[in-house]
Amino acid sequence: MTVNITREKVVEATIDILRKAETELPDDVVEALNRAEIDESDPVAKAQIQGILENVRIAKENAVPMCQDTGILIFYVEIGRSLRLDFDLKDAITEGVRRATEAIPLRPNAVEPLTRKNSGDNTGSGLPDIKYELVEGDGLTITVAPKGAGSENMSTLTMLNPTEVGSIKNFILETVLNAGGMPCPPIIVGVGIGGSFDKAARLAKSALLSRLDEMNQFEREILDEINSLGIGPMGLGGSTTALAVHVRTAHCHTASLPVAVNIQCWANRHASITFGGDE
Amino acid sequence: MEFHLKTPLKKEDITQLQAGDIVYITGTVFTARDEAHARILELTEKGDPLPFDLDGAVIYHCGPLMKKTNGGWEVVAAGPTTSGRMSKMTPLLLEEHNVCAIIGKGGMQDVVESLKGRCVYLAYTGGCAALAARSIKSVSCVHWLDLGMPEAVWSLDVVEFGPLIVGIDPKGGDLFSNVRKHAKRVFSGI
Repeated sequence: MTVNITREKVVEATIDILRKAETELPDDVVEALNRAEIDESDPVAKAQIQGILENVRIAKENAVPMCQDTGILIFYVEIGRSLRLDFDLKDAITEGVRRATEAIPLRPNAVEPLTRKNSGDNTGSGLPDIKYELVEGDGLTITVAPKGAGSENMSTLTMLNPTEVGSIKNFILETVLNAGGMPCPPIIVGVGIGGSFDKAARLAKSALLSRLDEMNQFEREILDEINSLGIGPMGLGGSTTALAVHVRTAHCHTASLPVAVNIQCWANRHASITFGGDE
Repeated sequence: MEFHLKTPLKKEDITQLQAGDIVYITGTVFTARDEAHARILELTEKGDPLPFDLDGAVIYHCGPLMKKTNGGWEVVAAGPTTSGRMSKMTPLLLEEHNVCAIIGKGGMQDVVESLKGRCVYLAYTGGCAALAARSIKSVSCVHWLDLGMPEAVWSLDVVEFGPLIVGIDPKGGDLFSNVRKHAKRVFSGI
């Protein structure tokens, strides 16, 4: 089966998934927030979650971004290895970002790092950030995950000694402790263990795409310890500091133990589209 | 306790507030984040006037998402940004300007002394930008748009903006600090 994917289709798909991601929270995140609202006994904490849920409803109803920080735009692209495209994919996604900035609208967040000059359309050197992966078949899947700065700024990376496997949990907890109310808890914690300096960070970030209700025992243990800290929604106290913890690992050098913790605010926004593919 | 306050704020409006109280604000709030704080301090140091009046003012740590309309600007989404980034600049700002309330999220460290007797820190639920936009009725003007949309100073007309939780009161009460101390104790026990 040959899939006819044109540049314009990719541009429009980029705008569509951006609109969906910015205005509608995925079901698993809404479910986790609903559970947190029931579980919180502290009235201030409960009120924070209720505010979030009301905000999520308004954003969806009115098709407006749920947060004014519409993020920098991270794309994950899976390309079927027998797919042939007669246009520049990066260029098409970038054009989609430009048009979405006007159409949705999105806040222009991209600035040159030293002059701090805003490009005005969420594009620039290295932005949008597009990660490509080759997969079987002839399909194309594009996922966008807008990432706000409040939570991104609280993220950490450390190069532990190989004998310090037992300290990993402590490093994650310390990161959450130091972040306090600043990353808009309840948060989602993405952890990358192993790989290399940059690979660990990439693992941590892609872990944030996992469904919140799919955690293994190690992840649940860390989640329980995080929630025992009592930081609570917005750092005002309560039992819901995090909604989920997701850990991804990769083999690393025998002399290394990289650990990256990517913090995500409650607005765990992402959306995907798939063109064709082997059926 | 719940309070409904009107801007410009007076000293007695805020000295009655205690950490944990709920506040709603009606009147004008000025958005200001990193770059705007830096410019306010730069102009103040030079002795140059500001293009807006901070006497009894409310500063909102917010970089709004705005849409240009025929007649001006419309607020699309305008929730609070992380106040922690403004912690270092805030004591200097309060020394020179009679700002009576700061709205933000996540709390601020090392500002309790500067706030004492004169200013209150109000927490709004982070990320609730569509909700916040509902109580912002209009944009009266924008200053320093050369800093970019998020960093400019937007003068917003708000009605019953809230609920805001008194995070740091003018007597030194600090909800965030209490939570941080508790979390540190738990952490050292793990």
